[in-house]
Amino acid sequence: MAQLTSARRAPGLRVAPSFSERIDLPQRVVLVAAGSMIAIVVLLLTFVTWQGLQLFLKDGVSITQILSSTWQPDPTYPPVIFGLLPFIAGTVYVTAVALIISTPLSVGLALFLSEVAPNWAKSIVQPALEIFVGIPSVVWGWLGITILVPFLSSTFPAHISISLPIVGTVFGMPGFLTGFSWLAGSLVLSVMVLPTITSVSYDAFQAIPQELRTASLALGTTRWQTIRHILIPAALSGVLTAVVLGMTRAAGEALAVQMVIGNSPTLPTALTQPLTTLTSQITLDMGNTVFGEPWQDALWTMSLVLLAISILSVVLVRLINARRLGA
Amino acid sequence: MTTAYTPASEPSGGRSGSLRGRRTGSILADRAATVLLWGTGCFVLLVLGSIILHFALAAWGVVSVNFVVGDPSETSLGGILPILWNSVYILVLTMMISVPLGILGGIYMSEYAVENAITNAIRFAEESISSVPSIVVGLFGLILFVDDLHWGFCALAGALALTLFNLPLMTRLSEQALRAVPLDERSASLALGATKWQTIRHVVVPLAIPGLVTGVILTAGRVFGEAAVLLFTSGIGTPVHYNFLNLDITNPASPWSPFRPATTLAVYIWKLNSEGLGIYVRQVVDGSAAILISMVLIFNLGARGLGRLLTRRLTAA
Repeated sequence: MAQLTSARRAPGLRVAPSFSERIDLPQRVVLVAAGSMIAIVVLLLTFVTWQGLQLFLKDGVSITQILSSTWQPDPTYPPVIFGLLPFIAGTVYVTAVALIISTPLSVGLALFLSEVAPNWAKSIVQPALEIFVGIPSVVWGWLGITILVPFLSSTFPAHISISLPIVGTVFGMPGFLTGFSWLAGSLVLSVMVLPTITSVSYDAFQAIPQELRTASLALGTTRWQTIRHILIPAALSGVLTAVVLGMTRAAGEALAVQMVIGNSPTLPTALTQPLTTLTSQITLDMGNTVFGEPWQDALWTMSLVLLAISILSVVLVRLINARRLGA
Repeated sequence: MTTAYTPASEPSGGRSGSLRGRRTGSILADRAATVLLWGTGCFVLLVLGSIILHFALAAWGVVSVNFVVGDPSETSLGGILPILWNSVYILVLTMMISVPLGILGGIYMSEYAVENAITNAIRFAEESISSVPSIVVGLFGLILFVDDLHWGFCALAGALALTLFNLPLMTRLSEQALRAVPLDERSASLALGATKWQTIRHVVVPLAIPGLVTGVILTAGRVFGEAAVLLFTSGIGTPVHYNFLNLDITNPASPWSPFRPATTLAVYIWKLNSEGLGIYVRQVVDGSAAILISMVLIFNLGARGLGRLLTRRLTAA
């Protein structure tokens, strides 16, 4: 590598720094490249916030109307009411159930990879997870439509109830009408967020010093006792971060959910019923509306809500990690 | 494994029964947990295996040479050539913008960044973009490129929106690849009198190439399957027959032009599913999905294989 030696200068002679040395052009260039992300975020926040507020500023819709549950956006069928509650509630419901299904599974998988699996098993499961991440969301949606939805509607077509003697019915909900439902959306999402939660929790378990494990095992505990009483508490903030990241991904997922959820703007009462989410409605309606009309402004308000959720989750993750570093 | 913990010399006596019971209980719990944790690993493999098998079976009889090089049709099975072309076209366009930008950004974060407000702001921006839903990034592209800049739905708008979406990933993967280069290499280069930039250009980046290539391929895999960003930027138009001999890139009818609507494979799957026109919808979607999955598999395995190969080549030299 001859070009590395700068033999042009006479030894011992301090030459005044050249123009290129004073400015350090490469440093500027790479700084601009990295800094472009700040510009992107500022632009994105500005544009989406501005568009999202038009519903209030230009169309004069009140906050109380936004929080109502009636969605009648079509101007040809007055009165026009923009109640966003079904969408916000739908997003929250679908995400929550997806996390309830996915978190134990993902944390278990992370524990398996970190604590239990021998190297050969790891070398199979880890690449499999990477492929999981790569499967596009439309493909998950398509799998949902062609496999999950028909399965649900044919397996549980009628009223589902669990009855006990004496006590009577302890649990009941209507059967799946079509299979397009809250549960279908949550199941699809739970598989989609599994790799996210798993890999972040895995990193958290890996970050625990080996001494904690050996010390615990030396006291005569079993591996499960060590996991339950030492590793999970030690990695708790990392696991929490993983769940928050999984939540962000689930709440923002658009196409896969839209394909299986039934898209009905009502407040759901049972897992078997169709509902809708913020992302689904944006996906469906954006193409049918005209720029500047109140209907589209309402969709922008929905995306502002989504943006707020994601920025909040970034802040939340930072807070969780700051606590860990501080402790 | 668990037998190692079996207490051989537990004291016998009045309370030993309960002690022994607790001990057996915890060993049983440990065994049950081990089985459950192995179960999670098997579950993942089972799900992935059945997905791949499902698409292999579904694509059987659909995916053929004619399917790949044919034009779409509503009356027969047809093909997906224009859509596949658009996917590759947008992928290349996106990577042409995001690879240099991402690697340069990675160089800053790995080689220049010190703990200050700017670095912190960049990190926050990186995390924020990563967590913004893809549909919102698509809407941002819609308003900025399609509406405000009056480009209309076009491949370039899609590629730029995808760049925004993938820049954090590309930057982070580059940063990791560069950080993995041992500090000694840098010190040795600097000690020989090289400037910082010479060191980066001739020592650090060449050594990081395996990691950088892996990063590029992983990002490419994500770009290839992304649909929500593209719905409202590159458009959901009906695919047309492309004349590949039309090389005039300023002409929107040319498949080489960046200023034309371009429906990609992932968007096409969504479109077919929601519109459901034609009798062969199910077969076409199955075939398209199978191709999409195969590409993702190739990208993933390719990233691993190429990264390993390059490491061996470069470190042996």
